[in-house]
Amino acid sequence: MESYVNAFIIGGLICVIGQLLMDGTKLTPSHVLVLFVTSGVILTALGLYEPLVKFGGSGATIPLPGFGYALAKGAFKGVKESGLIGAFTGGVQATSGGITAAIAFGYLMAIIFSPKTKP
Amino acid sequence: MAIKRVGSQTVKLLNPPAIVSAASIVGPKEGQGPLSNYFDKVLEDDLFGEDSWEKAESKMLKEAVRMAVSRQDLMLPDIDYMLGGDLLNQLMSSSFAARDLQIPFLGLYGACSTMAESLSLSAMLVDGGFADRCIATTSSHFSTAERQFRFPLELGNQRPLTSQWTVTGAGAALVANDDGGPFITYITTGKVIDYGIIDANNMGAAMAPAAADTIGRHFDDTGMLPEDYDLIITGDLGRYGRDIASDLLKTKGYEVVKNFTDCGIEIFNPKKQDTHAGGSGCGCSAVVFCGYLFKLLREHRLNKIMLISTGALFSPTSAQQGESIPSIAHAVTIESKKKN
Amino acid sequence: MPKKNQSTQNKKYQEYVEKTSPKPTYMKNCTWAFFVGGLICTFGQFVHNQIESRMNLTHLEATNITTLIMVFLGALLTGLGLYDLIGKRAGAGSIVPITGFANSIVSPAMEFKREGFIFGVAARMFSLAGPVLVYGITSSVIVGLIYYVIGR
Repeated sequence: MESYVNAFIIGGLICVIGQLLMDGTKLTPSHVLVLFVTSGVILTALGLYEPLVKFGGSGATIPLPGFGYALAKGAFKGVKESGLIGAFTGGVQATSGGITAAIAFGYLMAIIFSPKTKP
Repeated sequence: MAIKRVGSQTVKLLNPPAIVSAASIVGPKEGQGPLSNYFDKVLEDDLFGEDSWEKAESKMLKEAVRMAVSRQDLMLPDIDYMLGGDLLNQLMSSSFAARDLQIPFLGLYGACSTMAESLSLSAMLVDGGFADRCIATTSSHFSTAERQFRFPLELGNQRPLTSQWTVTGAGAALVANDDGGPFITYITTGKVIDYGIIDANNMGAAMAPAAADTIGRHFDDTGMLPEDYDLIITGDLGRYGRDIASDLLKTKGYEVVKNFTDCGIEIFNPKKQDTHAGGSGCGCSAVVFCGYLFKLLREHRLNKIMLISTGALFSPTSAQQGESIPSIAHAVTIESKKKN
Repeated sequence: MPKKNQSTQNKKYQEYVEKTSPKPTYMKNCTWAFFVGGLICTFGQFVHNQIESRMNLTHLEATNITTLIMVFLGALLTGLGLYDLIGKRAGAGSIVPITGFANSIVSPAMEFKREGFIFGVAARMFSLAGPVLVYGITSSVIVGLIYYVIGR
């Protein structure tokens, strides 16, 4: 039960930061997403994101900084296992499931459905 | 000086041409708005039986022209010029409609100011003796404008409070020499004004200075006052833009408050329809004029109005390059009776 | 993004517009973002826990499969035309989770279907999500290289 509460709080707070950035500055959603994924990578490299993942679980891995976290962890793992080349292969290797799913499901949905005018 | 010019930017039509008929077609959302009963046709489906929204927009424009022409028991070849435009790249909707209508076509781009621009030019052509009948027409469509200027429809983004809702609709007005009104009596053509607003979600603020400039110039040129009008109505400034324009006019010495409104405010119910600051787009002033105001003028419920269509002359490219939004506003004075 | 060479008239006008324009409803927007974002993550946690306990997988594998499922759900809700309705209220609450990433891929792909399957669907698919991959992957390479040089 505790894992759900933690996920809710951490996930919710990360989203609130995004909302404040969108409302308070002139940043568009795309700017915020880029900022979040990059911060995820940097915070992970500095060792600051890991504790958040330990505490919040999916609350830290589902939001976009979690994508950056997975990329950075993958790059580190790659370097550890195969040296220099690992810096290039590790990140995408660790996130390949999500990226491929986004492409494949995205294509599938675009074929099946058509957009509707907003009500 | 040319005999029909008054002041620096205004034309007084000596043989005021009449708007002999008008037609309007709107989408389902506009059909749920407060002006619903005034529109000639409300679409149930905004695809209008076509397979793309661009084609649907073009068909709306085409049908509006056909409707306006057939009301006068005329045929398409009786029309000397079609003046029109829309918001899409290379005027896709109007050009494609003109291809099917086979009326000599002058394509206009004035962004959302196109309705007043096409009315102005039609009136000048008729008054000048270059044409017997001209059709002035414009269209816009929410779904075609969103994908060209903003985001895909299914993207889960939030719209700021100052943002406006592009009207799905097309209007057409037939201008000719005739004794039945309403008549176009004055035309004030605007200059491009830019006060450096960059935010494409706050077009009302970008366009308000252009509207205030044209309205102020109209009063300066003609010597008329705001009280001379039953209604002064801008195209698509929206709620906040209207207030700004009213403030700016006050600094020019013209008090326009109670007879001053905006087509974008009138067309939607903001509480029920979630349209934020109001309607926008070429179609906004087109359907509000051709549907609503034209009928009030015909019935003499309004006797003298000024329609000021306002346009934001930005493109997706200029917006991405961080340029500010140049804006324009054209004013047309329409009276229900001819003065002798 | 203030531009150079602004006249004082323009500056004054922009300040005036800034002052009179309605402000976003911070409290309401943040509350929505918090609850919807929190709920999406809680649902993710639920999926994660189920997978981990039932399928007998490692923690990392379970995380990857959870991502896969969340991406699928985001794509499906976009296709059904529901995600934009959630986003209208939730704002960042549905943009920031990985489901929002899926939404930003599916929505342009659907939108441009009429421009064909190559230049429409496929080419436009990453018009919004592309930057996330570009900056995410590039920065991961950079931290990987730094780690290679100093970290090992």
